[in-house]
Amino acid sequence: MFNYILRRIGVAIPTLLVLATISFYLMYTAPGGPFTSERPLPPEVMANLEAKYGLDKPLYQQLGIYLWNVVTDFDFGPSFRFKDRTVNDLIETGFPVTLTYGFWAFIFAVVIGVSLGAIAAIKHNTAADYAAVSTAIVGQVLPNFVLAPILVLVFVLWLGWLPGGGWQGGQWQYIILPVIALGTSFLASIARITRSSMLEVLNSNYIRTAKAKGMPFRYIIWRHALKPTMLPVVSYLGPAFVGMITGSFIIDSYFATGGIGVHFINGALNRDYSVIMGFTILLGGLTILFNLVVDILYAWIDPKIRY
Amino acid sequence: MLTHTNKKVSELAENMASETVSGRSLWQDAFHRFTRNKMAMAGLVVLGLIFLFALTGPFIAAWSYDDIDWAVMGNAAELGQPSFETGHYFGTDDLGRDLFARTVQGSQISLMVGIIGAFIAMVIGTLYGAIAGYYGGRLDNAMMRLVDILMSFPYMLFLIILLVIFGRSIFLIFVGIGIVSWLDMARIVRGQTLSIKHKEFVEAAIASGVRPMIIVLRHIVPNLLGIVVVYATLLVPQMILTESFISFLGLGVQEPQTSWGALISEGAGTMRYGTLWQLAFPLFFFIATLLSFFFVGDGLRDALDPKDR
Amino acid sequence: MKTLHKTLAATLVSASLMGASGMALAEDRHPETGEMLAEEQVFTYRALDESSSLDPQVVEDVDGSYIVRDLFEGLLNSDEEGNLVPGVAERYESNEDNTVWTFYLREDAKWSDGEPVTAQDFVYAWKRAVDPELASPYAWYMGLMSIENGEAIIAGDVDKSELGVEAIDDYTFRVNLSRSLTYFPQMVTHATTFPSPKWVIEEHGEEWTKPGNLVGNGAFVLTEHVINERLVRERNDLYWDNENNMMDKVVTLVINDENQALNRYDAGELDKTDVPAGQYPRLEKESPDEAHSIPQLCTYYYNFNNDVEPFDDARVRRALSYAIDRDVIVNNVMQGGQFPAYTFTPELTAGFTPPDVAFGEMTQAERDAKAKELLAEAGYGPNNPLDTTILYNTSEGHKKVAIAISAMWKQKLGVNATLENQEWKTFLSTRSDGNFEIARAGWCGDYNEASTFLDLMHSESGYNDANYVSEEYDAMSKEAQMMDDPSSVYTEMEELIAVDMPNAPIYHYTEVMMLKPYVKGWPFGDVQQNVQSKNLYIVEH
Repeated sequence: MFNYILRRIGVAIPTLLVLATISFYLMYTAPGGPFTSERPLPPEVMANLEAKYGLDKPLYQQLGIYLWNVVTDFDFGPSFRFKDRTVNDLIETGFPVTLTYGFWAFIFAVVIGVSLGAIAAIKHNTAADYAAVSTAIVGQVLPNFVLAPILVLVFVLWLGWLPGGGWQGGQWQYIILPVIALGTSFLASIARITRSSMLEVLNSNYIRTAKAKGMPFRYIIWRHALKPTMLPVVSYLGPAFVGMITGSFIIDSYFATGGIGVHFINGALNRDYSVIMGFTILLGGLTILFNLVVDILYAWIDPKIRY
Repeated sequence: MLTHTNKKVSELAENMASETVSGRSLWQDAFHRFTRNKMAMAGLVVLGLIFLFALTGPFIAAWSYDDIDWAVMGNAAELGQPSFETGHYFGTDDLGRDLFARTVQGSQISLMVGIIGAFIAMVIGTLYGAIAGYYGGRLDNAMMRLVDILMSFPYMLFLIILLVIFGRSIFLIFVGIGIVSWLDMARIVRGQTLSIKHKEFVEAAIASGVRPMIIVLRHIVPNLLGIVVVYATLLVPQMILTESFISFLGLGVQEPQTSWGALISEGAGTMRYGTLWQLAFPLFFFIATLLSFFFVGDGLRDALDPKDR
Repeated sequence: MKTLHKTLAATLVSASLMGASGMALAEDRHPETGEMLAEEQVFTYRALDESSSLDPQVVEDVDGSYIVRDLFEGLLNSDEEGNLVPGVAERYESNEDNTVWTFYLREDAKWSDGEPVTAQDFVYAWKRAVDPELASPYAWYMGLMSIENGEAIIAGDVDKSELGVEAIDDYTFRVNLSRSLTYFPQMVTHATTFPSPKWVIEEHGEEWTKPGNLVGNGAFVLTEHVINERLVRERNDLYWDNENNMMDKVVTLVINDENQALNRYDAGELDKTDVPAGQYPRLEKESPDEAHSIPQLCTYYYNFNNDVEPFDDARVRRALSYAIDRDVIVNNVMQGGQFPAYTFTPELTAGFTPPDVAFGEMTQAERDAKAKELLAEAGYGPNNPLDTTILYNTSEGHKKVAIAISAMWKQKLGVNATLENQEWKTFLSTRSDGNFEIARAGWCGDYNEASTFLDLMHSESGYNDANYVSEEYDAMSKEAQMMDDPSSVYTEMEELIAVDMPNAPIYHYTEVMMLKPYVKGWPFGDVQQNVQSKNLYIVEH
């Protein structure tokens, strides 16, 4: 197991380098640059800017310098769009925000999703089952750019319970709507996965045996059914994580939470080269890390798996 | 969703691979099971209706999707409501364009994106996975390592950069979405290929000197078709969802063409301004389609997987 | 719903009043108008995007410039009507041919760390703005100001110490220009010309604009800045005119989504926000004292690429321009009180008299008839329809305009215009490379004078995307530069481009916004919207 983790980390580093290189060259292929603006800059001013940020050097050199700074100093360079800030600044201010609402959205999705799915499976083919299934399915296909305005309409404008956005250092009122808007579609998927997985488990021979032996049903669920039920849920967490990263763009731009989700896409649209690079590396790294955690979790739940 | 599907799909493939000998009855069995699944059948009917809507809609619409009703323009909230008198069955958008015609047009585009995107992912993923699995060894290692690398690539960024570099076109959206979605497919197919490639019929083909590439295409791929189709069905709604996000970012199809995503994101923005129909109609078709695809996909999977009975 | 908002707002307000009761100023009235002032003088507004910088020499966006105007103060300010009023400079004078300008600074102006604001601070800042090492994207503005050696320093040919600015003594600042500029004082209200504190920049380097480090000479000091979320600035007690500043605190909230911003405005979280495209008529009807449409010095226009067929033919350009029903665009598409544009320069520009251009006088039906005629003369008609492409960048508003215009052309002239929508940066590079037939554009005046618009069509202008070349026009442009009162020449230039039609002006922008009725002092009369929070105050509500 330990060797396996080491090997995975060993692979991660070249993976990240390849990732950075691909996105670097792709990004430079895109038309326009960080300093293209409605009012074209005079060539002299443009030249000064390019010299300042080292954009006048050959591409491979720029890439080399960038990666070198990342590896040696953990320095992701200056932002071209926010001229007073570095990419490190952006990560420092935005990442904790995204992490906070992302974490809660995850908890929200898993806890409620699993409970909902389990109830649906246990009460298979009853009204509760159908209600849970249809809620889950609608939640899964409702895009979050539709869900977010609906939430605001209800909780902010009609009921007046919650603020319509902002972060304010992460007070709870500000976290609720982003968490629901981000977590719902994952909650729905998890509920569906849990339901079908649990149905399968409940129909399996060993559960039937347990039932036949007269074990209390509650005990069977907690002791025997839940763990194998979680297997497909756990393997869904990897893709869910990637989905949440994409979803955080909508959360940040709609609820003005100040997370890193906006930099991710705006960086590409602004041609903010160092921001694209920095966030690609950051997100790539996180994805790799998260997939590793999921795999370890998987091995822990499923004793059949050995690395 | 995907990984979960992967697991089930791979189980299913194992079952199917082991039963290839009695293939015919398996398919009949599956068909029978599928028709008994009410949700899946309902999904199939709804899908049929929606396809019909997308195909015949242009003949029913009183307006063309890019015509402006100048009388309504600028006052859609009052004059652009759904009405049979004006011929705007679904109302109009803010510019006075007929929403019925636009929903029809959007349905065509979104369904095309979903289906062609899934098809591209299916073709690339199947070939890639089958080749890696069949040849094995170093090639397999290298190919799957590449998939691992691509898996950690933030694909939305990738797609946005692609759309930015090459300009936007429906074609690129198909390809772009398809290209980033073949990875899971490749993994599943590779796994199945590994289990098929030692079966007698493959060994027989090798013994009679058939070239490896032909074996992959003639013998391996056809035997993976069932699982590939199931997976592709479940991929379609993902594609449509992805397209809607792209449209939300404003990188979708060019005006005056539209898509469900584009219509929905426009309608969602103006939800509070008294033009709710601009959201409701496209959203209805969007949700109905995705749900149906999920039901049909789940139904197919259950039907082809005897264990789940 | 309406009443709910009100009660909600009322509860919010009373809650905040209780919180603030300890430091209440009790029974305050505005010294001039006598209005009852609210106890809490806090103004919260929406910004579309995070500002590019808080460094006065570097900032390039409108929202950022507003923040910088609160944190720093330049030589001159503008009042509610957009007239020049003293800032750090109490008065100024020029020599006879307007090439040397001298500003006399007040002696009581202080930086927020207590240092006096001196002429040296301006000298330092202006040299900094043109310094290739700082590489300010707004260096071109200093070039526009025609300061001696400005352009050469930017190009790296001359050292920055050679810039034509000098501190005669601590409180006298002199500028030498390379040409005569009558409107020079107009230009020093711009953020790029604000002073900057040398000692702070040298101490903190690139970090100097962070809260805690930043030292300014404006009416407010920066207290909090969370990127992409909020920026807070609070009263600067050392500001020379602090006693006339009613406002205690200004909060910027960055909200990308305009509809969501309006939601939050309605929920009472914002005092000011922008009106989403097309919503002004409704909001104006529902809350006439909150919805405002303020004319701006900006023009929305379509560039014809004069280099490519068939747009090298003025008849085609004129035909297409004539066929655009500007009233429909303004009243039914944009719906924000914009003005139909028949000249490139907005009518409100100081010292500009718009000519009575022929096509502006006609009815739309006459224009349409003329357009058909012109297009037929150029050889296009039902048998030989004109096919073209309209290029625009991704945005709801541009999309609507393009759709409407292409439909007009199609209907009236049988012209098939394909819409091509590109993402912003791609659009900009396509347009500046000249890879287009018709492209949308917008231009805002850098200062309140017609040349900021008309220079754009000069054959050598870097912004002449239409590639319009006319010797006659260039000659007039040169003539205007020499004159004390060039307004008659400006009128002639407009007449010429109404015939040549290198581009089709469509409308003149307005800023459409919602402002709570209790916020007073907004400069509605200032076409440049140089808002300064120190002029705002909140009345009791």
